[in-house]
Amino acid sequence: MNREFEIFDRRAVRAHRDRAAAGLGGYDFLFRAAAEGLAGRLADIRRNFAAVLDLGCHDGFLADCLEPDHGAELLVQCDLSEAMAGRAPGRRVAADEELLPFAPMSFDLVISCLTLHWVNDLPGCLVQARRALKPDGLFLAVMLGGGTLRELRSALLAADTELSGGAGPRVSPFADVRDAGDLLGRAGFALPVADTAILTVSYAEPLRLLSDLRGMGEANSVAARRRSFARRGVFPRAAELYREMYADADGRVPATFEMITLTAWAPADTQPKPLARGSGEVSLTDILGAGDG
Amino acid sequence: MTADQVDPKLLEILVCPLTKGPLRYDAEARELISEQAGLAYPIRDGIPIMLVDEARKLDGGD
Repeated sequence: MNREFEIFDRRAVRAHRDRAAAGLGGYDFLFRAAAEGLAGRLADIRRNFAAVLDLGCHDGFLADCLEPDHGAELLVQCDLSEAMAGRAPGRRVAADEELLPFAPMSFDLVISCLTLHWVNDLPGCLVQARRALKPDGLFLAVMLGGGTLRELRSALLAADTELSGGAGPRVSPFADVRDAGDLLGRAGFALPVADTAILTVSYAEPLRLLSDLRGMGEANSVAARRRSFARRGVFPRAAELYREMYADADGRVPATFEMITLTAWAPADTQPKPLARGSGEVSLTDILGAGDG
Repeated sequence: MTADQVDPKLLEILVCPLTKGPLRYDAEARELISEQAGLAYPIRDGIPIMLVDEARKLDGGD
């Protein structure tokens, strides 16, 4: 497989997750916030989902947030990291989001919490998720979007440039909400919706953000990350700049996370569809009263 | 059911991630075999490891 043009180093993603698995419970505030958001969305949809796939389940935290009365008879939890999946309580599988091992029409719901932002082939992943769904099955996912860690990105860029006269990508590129919505439609989903919300976490100490990201298994896995270790002093300098650029009156700094929520359905004949263009039988001018106004 | 056996409901829906073709469960070797892809996916602690990087290549004569 040609890895030359891949943005993310998937082996690194897996290794970071393997390492974070045992201690994830101490660092999962962001995952839990996102999972509760997903559970809220699901609660608004009055339907039972008998067969559910948790795509990128981490240690299984999402299952805790799902209401038991949603009636899942079969919950399959998969993660790229065997160490993560092994901690999940349901039926576990180690699987790559880019090469899903599930038969067509296996699930009523595919749900995914903060994992798709590490996928290189997002269109391919979405197509495979759609195929794994039964007709009228729901795809519901939250992923990190473009505004995520913008303060950290700026501070690291400034520190790298200052100390080594150049900069490599130390923070992931994230998807844009409009692109994400387009991708859903192109993957063959019906009724696709992508919306975005900003979650700001406040830190007393910028370096603590970096250790939190490692604890979450979210350390930098960009394939083009500078292969050499960061030059001595880059991280302390970045922390200083972070504070200079962003600290509030109390000396605390914000860290922005943009959560993109994707909602879409596997196509089915029973779903509402727009009428064909030109099939209208009532003229709008009759209703609006042309020339009235 | 021992920890090394795979849940039957899971076996019903698993396919080869590369070919999306059927898998044969070898309970003794603890492997899921994709004849089409020529790969055997290991099962560890009851967890099917459906990663191409982790699969064993089957002998050419198969």
